[in-house]
Amino acid sequence: MSEAKLEFLEASKTWWNPNKTEFWQDAGVDLVIDRREGYCLYDMDGRRLIDVHLNGGTYNLGHRNPELIEVLNAGAQRFDMGNHHFPALARTALAEALAECTPPGLQYTIYGAGGAEAVELAIKSARHATKRRKIVSIVKAYHGHSGLSVKTGDERFSRTFLSEDLLGEFVQVPFNRLDAMEDALKPGDAAAVIMETIPATYGFPMPQEGYLPEIKRLCERHGALYIADEVQTGLMRTGEMWGISRYGVEPDIMVIGKGITGGMYPISCCVTSPQAGAWLKEDGFAHMSTAGGAELGCIVALKVLEITQRPEVRSMVRYISDYLRSGLDEIQSLYSDFFVGIRQHGVVMGLEFDHPEGAKPVMRRLYENGVWAIFSTLDPRVLQFKPGILMTQSLCEDLLRRVEAAIGLARGDVRGGGGRRGRAG
Amino acid sequence: MDAGIRRLVDISETPVAMRMRAELILERAGWAAQVFQRYDRATTQSIADAAARAAHARARDYAERVVRETGFGVVEHKVQKNELSSLPFVDYYRDWNFVDPRVDPETGLLEIPRPAGVVFALVPSTNPIATVYFKVLSALLTRNAVVISPHPAAHETCVDATRTLADAAVAAGAPEGAVQVLEEVSLPLVNEFMRSEKTDVILATGGTPMVRAAYASSNPAIGVGPGNAPVYVDASADLRAAAARIVDSKSFDNSVLCTNESVLITLESVAKALERELVRAGAHICDEGQTEALRRYLFHERGFNVEALGRDAAWIAAQAGFKVSPKTRILVTPIRLIGVGEDLSREKLCPVLGLFVARSHAQALMQARGLLRYAGAGHSAAVHSTDEQAIIDFAAAVEVYRVVVNAPCSQGAAGFGTGLAPTFTVGTGFFGRSSVGENVGPQHLVNWTRIAWPEDAGRRTEGGGVPRLRHRGPLPRAPSDGVPGEGREAVAPAPRPGSGPGGLSREALREQIREIVAAELRDLLKDGG
Ligand SMILES: Cc1ncc(COP(=O)(O)O)c(C=O)c1O
Repeated sequence: MSEAKLEFLEASKTWWNPNKTEFWQDAGVDLVIDRREGYCLYDMDGRRLIDVHLNGGTYNLGHRNPELIEVLNAGAQRFDMGNHHFPALARTALAEALAECTPPGLQYTIYGAGGAEAVELAIKSARHATKRRKIVSIVKAYHGHSGLSVKTGDERFSRTFLSEDLLGEFVQVPFNRLDAMEDALKPGDAAAVIMETIPATYGFPMPQEGYLPEIKRLCERHGALYIADEVQTGLMRTGEMWGISRYGVEPDIMVIGKGITGGMYPISCCVTSPQAGAWLKEDGFAHMSTAGGAELGCIVALKVLEITQRPEVRSMVRYISDYLRSGLDEIQSLYSDFFVGIRQHGVVMGLEFDHPEGAKPVMRRLYENGVWAIFSTLDPRVLQFKPGILMTQSLCEDLLRRVEAAIGLARGDVRGGGGRRGRAG
Repeated sequence: MDAGIRRLVDISETPVAMRMRAELILERAGWAAQVFQRYDRATTQSIADAAARAAHARARDYAERVVRETGFGVVEHKVQKNELSSLPFVDYYRDWNFVDPRVDPETGLLEIPRPAGVVFALVPSTNPIATVYFKVLSALLTRNAVVISPHPAAHETCVDATRTLADAAVAAGAPEGAVQVLEEVSLPLVNEFMRSEKTDVILATGGTPMVRAAYASSNPAIGVGPGNAPVYVDASADLRAAAARIVDSKSFDNSVLCTNESVLITLESVAKALERELVRAGAHICDEGQTEALRRYLFHERGFNVEALGRDAAWIAAQAGFKVSPKTRILVTPIRLIGVGEDLSREKLCPVLGLFVARSHAQALMQARGLLRYAGAGHSAAVHSTDEQAIIDFAAAVEVYRVVVNAPCSQGAAGFGTGLAPTFTVGTGFFGRSSVGENVGPQHLVNWTRIAWPEDAGRRTEGGGVPRLRHRGPLPRAPSDGVPGEGREAVAPAPRPGSGPGGLSREALREQIREIVAAELRDLLKDGG
């Protein structure tokens, strides 16, 4: 490690986040991201990493996508964040574009700056529309860390801040269990069910066939709204614009974040049906956010929507998904006692390892081999494997070559012998 | 959407957007090319056959449409060209094998075909559909992906024709995106394609600036220069037959094939008789005034007047200011000079033929050679003669790579009915500043890996059994977990394509990967001490 990096890490501990800084050093990931381009990150010491974390799809179209830079620069010649109290050209244009490409029935867009804020908006809208308070979510769901959104998730994140739900307004049921969902909705007091289409931070366990449509039916029967959190599954990552459409569900509210601005100028969106967004007709000043739907972000988002809907992109996603799967299948057959499962829908993938924390050594070995992928915080058996939708064949091949080597080494780390045979330490 | 916002977001005319547009299409083509290389011979052939059938079925339709779109050419002749470059074209290459390994019987080397990858193919306005057919089918036969860039004048029909072939190919199992077409074309966009590192080879047929740009792109290119074919009729020729062939050739599709005869060179002893035969075959011999009028009309300061491109003889005469019978098939303009100082000795993509009468056989050869030094180097020439020595003398004198004998040059040099490879890209080789001196075909879109043993290890023969390549076929479709009928359970049990005989079985593959891993481990051990 360079002197410069050591010095920097000290500063990071002093001024930013001592524990997090140390965590990564201890985990063997001494990454300080400097330059970034396409699907590659460059550490401040110059090492290249293929990014298959992508901040949960933020960099779906690659880091610093040149077209997004171009449109952001063009936008900056004329716009800034805008004034959130007034009708605004770019916000309305994006809202209209979203209504066109989101599932039928959705009309209004309410803007935030980050994903959690859009979840907040979804919950508030559902509560207003139904005049109920209860929100049902999935055990180990992750919808963000703001006041309401954090209560939908694991208590690990709310307890620290004494922010867990004490009033019983937030109910959690296990994933893929319809009976539990039905029990939660039956009393008829739930405002909404909020679902990540595929729970990301939980390691992408896949919804069983019919699970999500059945939840939607239960919602309808018991007067609750269906909130689809498409923060990680939207924008072509499943091979269609929205993952939820692949499962045949038309949600009442959809939450979009991360990739919608390609990491260039953050905004988030909560898209609602007219009923779910009823407050917008009654009291438009009920919610406000200065940075919500910043107009430069809207300009970038319009370009993101245009790019992701190009016909060539659809076929790229298919190639990338098929090719990586085929390669991962081969790798799995080599290390089948350790690498035990592949969860996949499009480029949304989770790799399962037969060890309670198996994804951590894999993450470290990948890092050594020039790949950055992150373990699932809420299920460290699983590595989140999230390639971008515009990856070239040669980069995918490069990636697989590195993954094969890294998994072999990690298997040795965990099982002993094998991968690291003969090497000291 | 607000118009101002729409304009702001539409950056499609910026260099960045152009580059990204090219990259996206080329990246998709790159995927298709890599997957295509997993295909075996039978599948490859059936894909090419399917595309050729679709092409053949629409040959007339596209001929009619492209004549309407460009405003020139002859429908019937275009039908012929389109048909010839579909089924017969694929048939011509049926016995070639661009997929399996082969043994070179001379050297005993074992050779493995390696497709180029992504072919960027420029299509001219003169033979648009035939060229689309020819280039797409050449790519399919060799398991390459191709991106067609049509000439703006024939854009609409070319886009449609390419899509027809693409759909047929994909329906027959080709990887999606193996055949793509530029839906809008502009010079800057085409340049982005030519310059991109994701283009493996440029197949450039068209005007000189385009061809030179292809070579200047820094990418491998197969570009061909313009034609300007001399046709020599000597005293031994069957004059009637020669005249008929020349008029047929020169009027074929109103002379838009770059292999068309440009200047007829003959000898004093037979000139008068030949002129009579030309007239009989449908030519009009121009007087001096008419010749001058044509010279002025056809050539501007910037070169050939494209307005005349592919128009018929009567139309051109009228534009130049004189009348000929509407039945006139070609206009013959006598000239006394070849080269600088005589515009009518330049390439004329219209049914106007120069006529030069030489005083001797030696002078005729010199003038023919001079014509090609002036323009059209490396391209084509024709000779009508029964004297074999005269023929070879002529062929050796002119700096071209194909000389057709007693045949119409338009069709003959392009390979139709002569045994030359059928093509719409005529290699002009070193004479004509090109990388290929043959009629370009699928064979130029493949390189071969040569596997060499020590000479004393004994020579391999084809009969000794050539090991087969493991063609794994199309990529299996990845599961979409949780989607009814598309999840892991639905997808996984299907047998993997290509795991049968000849393909790489799962076991063998595992073994291979194990070996690689073991080798890597050994290296690691070495490094790690
Ligand atoms: C599914 C999902 N929803 C919501 C969020 C919250 O987004 P943000 O971090 O932008 O607040 C995340 C972030 O990881 C997420 O993965």
